[in-house]
Amino acid sequence: MIRFALRRLISLTLSLIVASIVIFAVIEIIPGDPAAFMLGVNARPDTVAALREELGLTASAPARYLAWVTGMLTGDFGTSYTYKTPVAGMIADRIWVSFPLAIYALILSTLIAFPAGIYAAARRGRLGDVSVMAATQLGVAVPNFWFAMIIVSIFSLKLGWFNAIGFPGWDAGFWPAIKALTLPAIALALPQAAILARVMRSSLLDMLNEDFMRTARAKGLSRRQALWRHAVRNAMIPVLTILGLQFAFLLAGGIIIEQVFYLPGLGRLIFQSIQARDLIVVESVVMLLVFTVIVVNFAVDIAYAAVDPRLRGRR
Amino acid sequence: MGNRGLIFGAGLSAVFVLLAAVSFVWTPYQIETFDIAEKLQAPNGTHWLGTDHFGRDILSMIMLGARTSIAVAIVAVGIGIALGVPLGLWAAARKGSLLDEVIMRGNDLIFAFPSLVIAILITAIFGPSAVNAIIAIGIFNIPVFARLTRGAALSLWERDFILSARVCGKSALRISWEHILPNILNLLIVQGTIQFSLGILAEAALSYVGLGAQPPTASWGRMLADAQTLASLYPHVALVPGVTIVLAVLGLNLLGDALRDRLDPRLRGRQT
Repeated sequence: MIRFALRRLISLTLSLIVASIVIFAVIEIIPGDPAAFMLGVNARPDTVAALREELGLTASAPARYLAWVTGMLTGDFGTSYTYKTPVAGMIADRIWVSFPLAIYALILSTLIAFPAGIYAAARRGRLGDVSVMAATQLGVAVPNFWFAMIIVSIFSLKLGWFNAIGFPGWDAGFWPAIKALTLPAIALALPQAAILARVMRSSLLDMLNEDFMRTARAKGLSRRQALWRHAVRNAMIPVLTILGLQFAFLLAGGIIIEQVFYLPGLGRLIFQSIQARDLIVVESVVMLLVFTVIVVNFAVDIAYAAVDPRLRGRR
Repeated sequence: MGNRGLIFGAGLSAVFVLLAAVSFVWTPYQIETFDIAEKLQAPNGTHWLGTDHFGRDILSMIMLGARTSIAVAIVAVGIGIALGVPLGLWAAARKGSLLDEVIMRGNDLIFAFPSLVIAILITAIFGPSAVNAIIAIGIFNIPVFARLTRGAALSLWERDFILSARVCGKSALRISWEHILPNILNLLIVQGTIQFSLGILAEAALSYVGLGAQPPTASWGRMLADAQTLASLYPHVALVPGVTIVLAVLGLNLLGDALRDRLDPRLRGRQT
């Protein structure tokens, strides 16, 4: 187990290094000089040169890459070109919108998908199953941002239960903040819940045919007991992977949902930064997103191997 | 279920292909010209699906949008197949070698970049356009097909008919092309259908946030972006493009599921 974890850790580190090089290289080939862009077309060449010096753009590419990476490791993400404030601070503010939103959506998605998937599997082939499966087909096909627009029209504008847009901040108290994130989280969660419910159902159906289920019935457990004690627990393994992958999708999907609700999260930050050519911010936010995806997948792998020793040898 | 799913899915998909095809020769109205006097009409006899805030006919825009969606999705799936399948075949033929390892780790790496993040990076460099949306979605499709191909090819390499081909002295390249590829074609078709529908969703999402097709190119995602502030007063401007996307994606998914059931007898009777 330790060897497996170490091997995965090395591969995780390599992935992070390669990912950071890719991101840096991509941002590097962007045409246009941030210094010239910030000062406008009428800037004098010596002013631009001075600013380039100040921004550290004169150093060689490898030197700047190293400075960027070592900076990030020590929590220094550089200084935003446009806002002149530390990028780390800007990201820290926005993370408190984007991460809670993704986690909220993950919880909702799980709360919807687990009962739906288990119910459908238990009633396989009957009306309940067919209805759940039809609902998931629809759920997968609905674009989450459109679903967001629809629920805003209904629950905010018609019924007035929620504010249509904006986020009061956590300073306004826990419940107001959660309330502001509720519609975005529902919009994010629903399509993912549909996928998760399908995985839950098919994974559970695989388990129902296993020998140990017959043994469980033979030793006197009712169908329901056997389902809950043996099948559901075993069926969780593939479901966990999907859950790990979904966190990444929810975080990235949040970028779009934040646009619908004008939430001050990482998504809005990244779009504003692209428009302002604030590349250091774009670079850092993208790296943060990719870092999260890689680390979450690593955690899922480890959790797996801890639960199921058979998986340790495989990749 | 299988048969009904196939007919319904194929029917819906055919309708959208037809809408896109017809739009090359005819649309009910021209969408390049604005007719403000006609703006924001609910669906009626002259404008079957109503008009938008510039007085453009929504049915015409849906037809032209179908073209954009289909074009983006086809090319994006094409990129995924053209690069992903050869990589997967190559990795499977050299199973366990350094090359296999590099290809698979490369795939893992791309998977760590959600397609939206790739799109954001590409847009940051080249600016927003439909072509960049295609590239972003296409890049994301490469590891999908590479993994699928490698997995399926690996199990084929164990089979006796491959062994006899090797005994005959065929090279790994020829075996991959003549024996492996035809045997995994079914899988690729099914996955292609699924990625196609995901491509339509991704194109809509990218266009919605302004990273995809730019005006005057019609796009379902852009129509929704325009509709956002009008949705509560004029529901049809948001409902029509949204329902269109849902139906197109639903049709393709049903088609994909039905094809999988049909092409892979082992899965018959099972729904995943």
